[in-house]
Amino acid sequence: MADLKNDFIGIKSPNPFWLASAPPTDKAYNVERAFEAGWGGVVWKTLGEAGPPVVNVNGPRYGAWHDGNRRLMGFNNIELITDRSLEVNLAEITQVKKNWPDRAVVVSIMVPCDERSWKSILPLVEETGADGIELNFGCPHGMSERGMGAAVGQVPEYVGMVAEWCKQHSSLPVIVKLTPNITDIRQPARAAFKGGADAVSLINTINSIIGVDLDAMAPAPHVDGKGSHGGYCGPAVKPIALSMVSEIARDKETYRKPISAIGGIQTWRDAAEFMALGAGNVQVCTAVMTYGFKIVEEMIDGMSRWMDEKGYNTVDDFIGMAVPNVVNWEHLNLNYIAKAKINQETCIKCGRCHIACEDTSHQAITSSLNGEPHYEVRDEDCVGCNLCVNVCPVKDCITLEQMTEGKDPRTGIPISGEYANWTTHPNNPNVK
Amino acid sequence: MGTGSSQGIRTARLDTGEYAENFAELHPALSDNLAAVEADRCFFCYDAPCTIACPTSIDIPMFIRKIAVGNRKGAARTIIDSNILGGMCARVCPVETLCEQACVHIAQGNEAVKIGQLQRYATDSIIDDGAEMFTRPEATGKKIAMVGAGPASLACAHNLACEGHEITIFEARSKPGGLNEYGLAAYKTTSDFAQAEVEFVLAVGGIEIRYDTVLGRDITLAELSENYDAVFIGIGLAETSKLGIEGEDLAGIGDAIDYIAVLRQSDDLSSLPVGDNVVVIGGGMTAIDIAVQSKKLGAENVTIAYRRGPEQMGASKYEQDLALTNGVTIKHWVQPVKAIGDTAVSSLELERTRYDDNGKLVGTGEKLTIPADQLFRAIGQKFSSAPIENAGIEMKWGRISVDESCKTSLANVWAGGDCVAGGEDLTVAAVNDGNVAARSISEFLKTGGAS
Repeated sequence: MADLKNDFIGIKSPNPFWLASAPPTDKAYNVERAFEAGWGGVVWKTLGEAGPPVVNVNGPRYGAWHDGNRRLMGFNNIELITDRSLEVNLAEITQVKKNWPDRAVVVSIMVPCDERSWKSILPLVEETGADGIELNFGCPHGMSERGMGAAVGQVPEYVGMVAEWCKQHSSLPVIVKLTPNITDIRQPARAAFKGGADAVSLINTINSIIGVDLDAMAPAPHVDGKGSHGGYCGPAVKPIALSMVSEIARDKETYRKPISAIGGIQTWRDAAEFMALGAGNVQVCTAVMTYGFKIVEEMIDGMSRWMDEKGYNTVDDFIGMAVPNVVNWEHLNLNYIAKAKINQETCIKCGRCHIACEDTSHQAITSSLNGEPHYEVRDEDCVGCNLCVNVCPVKDCITLEQMTEGKDPRTGIPISGEYANWTTHPNNPNVK
Repeated sequence: MGTGSSQGIRTARLDTGEYAENFAELHPALSDNLAAVEADRCFFCYDAPCTIACPTSIDIPMFIRKIAVGNRKGAARTIIDSNILGGMCARVCPVETLCEQACVHIAQGNEAVKIGQLQRYATDSIIDDGAEMFTRPEATGKKIAMVGAGPASLACAHNLACEGHEITIFEARSKPGGLNEYGLAAYKTTSDFAQAEVEFVLAVGGIEIRYDTVLGRDITLAELSENYDAVFIGIGLAETSKLGIEGEDLAGIGDAIDYIAVLRQSDDLSSLPVGDNVVVIGGGMTAIDIAVQSKKLGAENVTIAYRRGPEQMGASKYEQDLALTNGVTIKHWVQPVKAIGDTAVSSLELERTRYDDNGKLVGTGEKLTIPADQLFRAIGQKFSSAPIENAGIEMKWGRISVDESCKTSLANVWAGGDCVAGGEDLTVAAVNDGNVAARSISEFLKTGGAS
């Protein structure tokens, strides 16, 4: 069996599956249950400074976007950092780490953006025996209005500055959690590493309003008729997170720097995808809030089997393997010609490929033959856009197949085995 | 069981609770949640095979999409725009041989989307909204007579009423609905739905029904044709076929449709007499309906005797399974030869059948006798031409001959439903005839038809 052991910036855990700083890691009771279920580590729910803790609303904190089957696709929350006292949390962290020495316990922290505040909390956290700290620069709601969370994460200079304070006043490894509510994710990532951070984690949640209650004419769900934007997460945000992780993974300034990936991870496959794009491990939240801690069993088993199948002995064998294949658009091979092909054996004649192509794309799919429904691609019109593949309800019924010889029936241009991209294309005004 | 004929056909075999349970609705209404989940399965096909398979061409993907997004009444509107009796069709259509059979999910090895149940979910939401859903334009002054208040006439009448014409329906019985009211299995349409739906149809206004008025007795086609701008005939099939066997006049032998009509009108199911050993002759939907209902009324043994195999049965595989799961025995490849008994039937002699080398059904000579204290004929109905004798209307295959617009050979007379040649014994097909005839009549009236 493949070895799932994970060493992330010196923090060891039996597997790369951690729970993200969030409600599931708010107290010892939950964390102990998570460890019993098999989670490799947790990032303890964000601690604030000493004194009276924050308060949460007493109405709905969560909202969701479901598909027709009530499968939870996207999730929104307006919960704040821990609303329990610092002392209670520190005591519990100490005990949990004692009970579970082989698991990773990282503590998320968010205090006001001044050196004194950070300097005072860091030793307290270090005393717990925790393995590292994660700086919450991502929370987009409630805390950011108080100059914390995303308010810091959106200013790269602050990100670097606080990372530097933490490295200065603590010997623990420092992970900087990034907000996706920013135009260029590479800027805060670069700043974090410049400030001395050991790793970044991303994405935190995305600013969101989950829906509007058209009777109340207020965001849904609402608190006494009013709503506030929250943070979006769950399966729907995975593609955004994958992209942001890949941007940091392939950025020259942060290339091969440690990344802990977060964003819609539900299965071993999701995790493997993030890791292939350069993440050293992953953090999960919405999936356990939907299904409970037990899902880690599938993640462990699934990833091990896949690694065995592929011949990977350790997770390090495949981390980052897909990074070189993420390129800018101008480096895509314009001589690669592909055409959609519909398998008539498995086609169920729903006609979705036809109407999608006919109404919205290139009019390249027939709808009938001899008066009977019949869906077939006309190569002379097909641009290989993949829309039909995506809308077909039957898996693998429509495939995009590369042409390797002859002429492209659409353009009449002979198929060339040569790689050629936009940077040398005659239509590119920058060429010559 | 007792001896001799002391048992036999009798009433009150079950207690009240059992009757209620047995005759509860076959498919209870979908909950909002189940409807949403089921609706979400629909692929919203282009040129949808289900719509093509529907005799009334309901835009099924559109109504299901409306359900999926919570627009239940909008979904119902889509349905009734094509089929004003969409509520009853949702309950009684053999969807397994129509829309659902065409569902592309089946091609993928999955179960079809439950179109019938979704259609019912949608239409249930508007059953009380008939008056507000349709408005009539100014009266045109054109008058149309219809004969028979069954599905064909009701659909035809509703279409034409919506155009401002005035309709009078002449109905032989004391209630409207035709087979929706007097036929069909009770467990498919409960809570007096047939009448609720007729009220929904009539709510548009401009449709009058005159009951207990029999064509050929109280009115004639010639009078109607003379006194109205157009006439639509939807009188169904009034005659039943006889088995033509020895002993057919014995007590205990009757027509399934007559029994079902009584059952459908009964307020007290325990008053319906049913035998120990019920035998049904036939292989269509009516055979299944009477067999299952006999069983539900408490009959000890119910046997359907059919002269061919399961594939040849008019009843769908689904209906056959329904009979089997209700404890009905289906005997294939047998035909009745002789009903045996003193005054009442006590057993039935059958002969085994097979196809000969020319594909003709023949008796093998091998006989068997089964107990039968109640025998139902369910071998189809025939058109009774008596009401239109001497009207000079062209006939075909023993029924009224019509063209593709449901027009008969007479100048201002249309016909549809089971009474026309090619009639399919389906509510939904009758509705379509009514729709088709209405379009043709409307055109005819516009172009200055007789007045």
